[in-house]
Amino acid sequence: MDFDIFVITRNFSLLAEGMLTTLRLTGLALLFGLVWGTILTLARLAPGRLLSALATLYVNGIRAVPLIMVIFWIYFLLPVLSGTQIGPFYSALVAFILFEGAYFSEIIRAGIKSISQGQLRAALSTGMTYLQGMRYVVLPQAFRKMAPVLLTQSIALFQDTSLVYVVGLMDFMTASAMVASRDGRLVELYTFAAFVYLVISLVAASAVRLMEKKFKV
Amino acid sequence: MIKFDKVSKWYGTFQVLSDCTLEVAKGEVIVVCGPSGSGKSTLIKCVNALEPYQSGSLKVEDIEVCGRSTDQRKLRQRIGMVFQNFELYPHLSVLDNLRLAQVKVLKRNISGATDVAMQLLERVGMQAHQAKFPGQLSGGQQQRVAIARALAMNPVAMLFDEPTSALDPEMVSEVLDVMTQLAQQGMTMMCVTHEMGFARRVADRIVFMDGGSIVEEAPAEDFFNAPQSRRAKDFLSMILAH
Repeated sequence: MDFDIFVITRNFSLLAEGMLTTLRLTGLALLFGLVWGTILTLARLAPGRLLSALATLYVNGIRAVPLIMVIFWIYFLLPVLSGTQIGPFYSALVAFILFEGAYFSEIIRAGIKSISQGQLRAALSTGMTYLQGMRYVVLPQAFRKMAPVLLTQSIALFQDTSLVYVVGLMDFMTASAMVASRDGRLVELYTFAAFVYLVISLVAASAVRLMEKKFKV
Repeated sequence: MIKFDKVSKWYGTFQVLSDCTLEVAKGEVIVVCGPSGSGKSTLIKCVNALEPYQSGSLKVEDIEVCGRSTDQRKLRQRIGMVFQNFELYPHLSVLDNLRLAQVKVLKRNISGATDVAMQLLERVGMQAHQAKFPGQLSGGQQQRVAIARALAMNPVAMLFDEPTSALDPEMVSEVLDVMTQLAQQGMTMMCVTHEMGFARRVADRIVFMDGGSIVEEAPAEDFFNAPQSRRAKDFLSMILAH
């Protein structure tokens, strides 16, 4: 069988650039997705009924639609709304932040709810404010509990970034597919791409298991 | 120092406290007892505003607890509370459990907070365990640390919400000893407890609650020797029978 492994080394810089885009997208989406998810969670736990209802509606709404639809939607909608082209990278980033924020919010909320109300009451009983109680007592414990789940969700995010090929962003997957069809080396490239995703995800997954062991309560 | 005047509280339409009137003087030790669901815990949680009440008046050092202009955080700093399930912070060491609120609320510096913490740990016999985490301690040890944590704020009064109910029997006395010592040093205390031996020995007065009302209030000796109400008699015969 004709299997040319050197097609990968010949196109290394293109593939590496694609991986860089994938990692950059994953990293930024993770960071801002967590921020957005935290904001959503605080809104949902807030005493104000309207705010909480809106945030809940948002989270449930986003979780009810496919990611690829959100990516498409932002790509075509954002220019219409803002009147400017922001390009595939930023439109994809916005889509991932909006999408992942909803999932992170669910995780963060579950993490906070897993900490007994008595902990917050104990903090309040010593004169701490609600925010101090959250910051020094509830959140540090909640974070330990949710860290493995957050990382698992991040692995899913890393894999899901491959969907950006629909808006023509040159991530690792798109770069592989391009080289594959251009050089007629479909088997080599897709095998290689699968291998890279596999290795990165497995390494991250073993980190999850380490964390679970370490933070076991 | 703590003055309830016809305090009532509802959860929705369900009344949990009705017209509770009680006065606690400085240095007094009050034991609140009664069947479960009688509102004992709710009553003492009103004192540090963990539970709001809807009518009546409750004053701590002449300040209305649920008053519009009352700074409830200031109030809570001055009233220590010990919980049934200890509620130590599991992610912090014993020492840090005692230092957290001192540093964040009272703005003491670390070395000052450490001094206070170590003195109190010695007082409850836990100084050797200062570097441990709550999960490494027995229930009795955790509860003694929790008492020290509350004392670290220099409270003027202490609330105990069934402090020994979650403990194995052999650990009850070490916690009661600390409480007894505290009472003898003149701390104002309100304790919800089923430990009738402790109540008889240490309490100045017993408050008996049932169905959200204070049914009987009497000096400890009188309450145990000659309870006035039918319900208190029944309760005592049940609790002392076993």
